[in-house]
This record gives sequence, structure tokens and C-alpha cells, in this order.
Amino acid sequence: MSILLPIAIGSLFAGAVYLLLRRSVVKLFLGLTLLSHGVNLLIFSMGDGLRRGVPPITAADGSTLPGTTDPLVQALILTAIVISFGILAFILALAYRANQAVNTDDLDDMVTTDRL
Amino acid sequence: MANHLFLPIVSLMIGAALAVLFGRQRWVARGIVVGSVLFHLVYSLRLLWVVAEHGRQVSQAGGWLAPFGITFVADGATAIMLAVASLLTLMTVLYSFASLDEGYERYFYYPLVLLLLLGVSGAFMTGDLFNLYVWFEVLLLASFGLITLGGTRAQLEGGLKYVVLNLMGSIAFLIGCGLVYGVVGTLNMAHIAERMQTIQQPGIMTAIACIFLFAFGSKAAILPLFFWLPTSYHTPPVAVTAIFSGLLTKVGAYSLYRVFGTVMQNELLHLAPWILTIAWLTMLVGVFGAMAQMNVRRILSFHIVSQIGYSVMGLGLASSLGLAAGLLFTAHVMIVKTSLFFIGGAAEQIYGTGDIKKMGGLARREPVLAIFWFLGIISLAGLPPMSGFFGKLALLQAGVTQGAWLVTGVATLTGILTLFSMLKIWNEVFWKKSYADISKLPRVSLGLLLPGALLVVISLALGLGASVLVDYTSLAGGQLFDQAGYIQSVCGLDGCEAVFQAAIR
Repeated sequence: MSILLPIAIGSLFAGAVYLLLRRSVVKLFLGLTLLSHGVNLLIFSMGDGLRRGVPPITAADGSTLPGTTDPLVQALILTAIVISFGILAFILALAYRANQAVNTDDLDDMVTTDRL
Repeated sequence: MANHLFLPIVSLMIGAALAVLFGRQRWVARGIVVGSVLFHLVYSLRLLWVVAEHGRQVSQAGGWLAPFGITFVADGATAIMLAVASLLTLMTVLYSFASLDEGYERYFYYPLVLLLLLGVSGAFMTGDLFNLYVWFEVLLLASFGLITLGGTRAQLEGGLKYVVLNLMGSIAFLIGCGLVYGVVGTLNMAHIAERMQTIQQPGIMTAIACIFLFAFGSKAAILPLFFWLPTSYHTPPVAVTAIFSGLLTKVGAYSLYRVFGTVMQNELLHLAPWILTIAWLTMLVGVFGAMAQMNVRRILSFHIVSQIGYSVMGLGLASSLGLAAGLLFTAHVMIVKTSLFFIGGAAEQIYGTGDIKKMGGLARREPVLAIFWFLGIISLAGLPPMSGFFGKLALLQAGVTQGAWLVTGVATLTGILTLFSMLKIWNEVFWKKSYADISKLPRVSLGLLLPGALLVVISLALGLGASVLVDYTSLAGGQLFDQAGYIQSVCGLDGCEAVFQAAIR
């Protein structure tokens, strides 16, 4: 398991970067989605019980009980999921409206605000 | 304990909710917005006094002890930034009354402004790294709404770039938060600062610090990361651009100050030469970008980038002297830049275009507007007796004292280039003879003139009474750089680790 997690995170990031570098708005959106999943998994990998984040309930001598883990990373991920969900929904609506206004899916055509 | 720190947050939440409820009754909504921003302003002015008198103010959410719960901390830097932010929001709201269509007011413009100020205030006050991320998202979501409200083609295009590039910065910030938690096992800023002193692998903290530099740098628009700014800031209504220029990039700069100046001081010392290099490059590229532009708001947008270079220079000097000078400059530039957007926007509204070649002759037709514009540009360029002179003087003094000659030289040069670039607007819009008949153009209304003029007067007053401001910012810079004092204020005299160990036993 511990080797699969970094592979999953790396694949998500690689796929996200690939999609972000494409010209299509839809692929941009999908890339951002993958990126946020990658980050969530990255945070998840930071919280395993071997590290310094300690579960809230420990044995009397301070050692970690079996079957418990650090809950804080899961709380962080939950917050991050909610926030990225809201923002991605906003981006989707914005991309739709931009698509209606500019009448193209190609980011290279959206250059009116870049001209001198 | 100082639970009053939650007052401005809660009052803005209530204000925003009421402004949504009464969105259709125009005057009721306006009253609610002015009321809550005014309350925020009065509170932050009082906080300035309280911090000067009694030192740092700390409050723990829900009564949780410091490294466990979310902490709110207000020191001198927080109080200055809060006061300036609420002043600018108040002026923006007044300017919006005169400049915006009714459609904006109907479609939740005021609640979004309040939520923007809410996010900014939270980011200034929080003492928890992840909580800072959450406040960033609060203010970014409000800004996303504001920049696209209106839905013109330019706004949608500029807004998409703005949203996506800012989201990349947020994601980098989130990665940084996750890595910090993985390495030091805490997210409370004071506790991070304490545990970083005993960390086993210093290299990984430098890597994390670079991620934070990227994250906050993309919010603050430093050199390689500023592209979202000039492509989007001229698209929304002037009032929105003005409040963005005053608040958004400065939150990024403030977060750099807080996270590097207080929490990761060792990393700041490592990265200082690089930060100084970024600072002078940002100054130069911003001002050269501004010179190439022919649109009032695009010129001013590039100047935002250039001025951020000065704020970053204050950080890169890596001393309480440098941070104090940077804070002084940042507070000044927030006020002046917003006033210039107000006045330039008023000129834009008169001519119906922001293209400076198509404008002209305004000095004769609107002399009052011209006087305030002129005072504004000499303040931005850094000439006495305006506040800009003292802001730059403090930075240059700090630079010379610490022997950072290159950045100090470039900062001086950039001041001259700024004056040159601003005089271009002065010549084209105000001084040159207009080729068209300008007697038929509308006159500037008092509502458009007053907010900008008031901010210029405040800049003049801060310049004339500079000793007060200099004293206060040196107090604030000292507090910002005083890591041990910060830890003790937040966690008590024994520090956060003692509280932590006592609690998990």
C-alpha cells in the first residue's frame, strides 16, 4: 500500500499537468479536478501514524493504540474537498459562460484582454 | 485572551447575510454595508491603539488551548493592515454608490464586497496555517464573484485566467500545508516556528519554504507569477479594480511577511538573496510593462506589480528594520494605488474609454480632479511631502544600512521610471489639448471625486505626520520579527511544545 500511494499521487499530478497544458477549456477543468485529488492524497499520505502527528487517544504510556490514526489529515482533506468542489463548480459555470461569449473551446482564442 | 478579535469577523458575516436578504431594497442594503464596514473601521482603529498600548492580542477559538485549536493573533502589522483594508473598503463602497449600475447592486455586489473584506480580515488575523488557506479561499471566492459580475466578454475571459491561475496558487499553498504537517506535525504558526528550531532535516523545510514562496508569490504577483494581474484587472468596473488593487495582492504580501518573517525565519535567512533578486526584477519588469501600455487601468495594473517588488524588498532584507519599512510602504501604496484607480476611473467614466490617446484636456475642464491626480502620482513616485516619500525613504535606508546596494539602486531607479510612466497619463489625459470638443462631456460627480480625493488627503496627512506612522510601523516590524515573543503570546511562557506534551500525557 505504501508504495501505491506515491504512485497514485504522481500519476494524478502528471495527468493534471498534461491536461492543464492543453488548449481546451474542458481539459483545463479536468486537469484542475485531477490536481485537487492529487493534493488531497498528498495530504493523506502526510498523516500516517509513523510521523509526528499523533492520534488523540493514546495508551497510558503515550504509545499509539492499534487501529487508531491521526484524524487531523482527514479533517484537512474534508475541508479541502469542500473548498475545491465549490471552486471547481464555479469554474465550470464560468467556463460555460465564457464558451457562450467567445464561442470557442480554445484558450488561445481568448486573448482580447491580453492585447496592448 | 482577547475574544473581541472575533468581532470584526462575525459582524461582517452578519452584514453580508443581511445585505443578501435586503438586496432588493437598495437603500437598506447600502445602509447595512456602510454600517458594517464603518464598524470594522472603528474596531480596527481601536485595535491599533490597543496593540500599541497592551501588545499582541490573542484569542483561541472555542477555548481550545493554543496548538490544538485555531488561534487568532493581532499584532501591529495586523492592526495596520486591518485599518487600511477597512478604510479602502469604505471608500470603495462610497465610490460604488456613484459609479455602478443598479444591476450590480441587485445581483449581490455588496455582500461580495463584505465577504471579500471578511476573507482579508481573517487572513490578517489568523495564527493557523491551514486556517490561513481557508481565509484565502473565502476572499478568492468573493473576488471570483466580483471580477465576473456583469458578464461581459472581456470579464469572462479575464476572469477565467484570474480564477485558474489563482487556483494554482491555492493548490501550491495546500501542498505546502500538507508537507508542513507531515514534517513538523502541527499547523499552528507558533508551534511550527518552535518545532522548526529543532528539526532534523533542514533541507526539506527549505523546499517547503520555496513552495510557500510560490503560493504567496502568485497571490502577491511577484515576478514570474504576475501574469494573471494585468490581463484581468482592467476588465471589471473601476470600483472592483480599485478594491482588488488595494487588498488582494497585499494579502499575499502580508502572508509572505507573516509566514517568512515570523514563522520560518531560518528559511527567510536562507532565501533572502533570492527574494531580493525577485524584488528588484519585479520592480523593473512591472514598471517597464507599465511604460508600454496605453490604457489608464492597465498602466496602473502594471504599477501594482512594480510596487509589490518594494514590499518584497522589505521582506528580503530579513530584519525587523526591513519588515517595518516594508509595512510602511505597503500601507502607503494600498491607499495611494486605490485612490489613483478611483481618479483614473472617474476620468475614464467621463470619456467613456480608458485609452489615453483618445482622452485629453481634462486639467482645464476638471481642475480639482487634476490636482488630486497630480498629488497621487507624486505620492506613488515617492516625492515629498506625500506618504510615498517616507515609504521609499524607509526602504532605501534599510537597504543601505544592510548593504543591499543592488536592490536599493534599482528601487531608486524604479521610482524615477514610475514618475515618468505616471506623467505619461498626466500628459495625455490632463495636460494635452483635446482634439475633440470636450465641452459636451459629462462633468465629474462629487461621488466619483470624493473617495479618491479623500484617500489622497490621507496620504498627504500620513506624509506630513510621518513620525507617527514610522513609529508605529517600527513597533509592528519589531513584533513581526520577534519569533520568541510571538510563541510566548500564543502559547504561554513555556511555549507550545510544553502545552502539547502536557496535554497528550
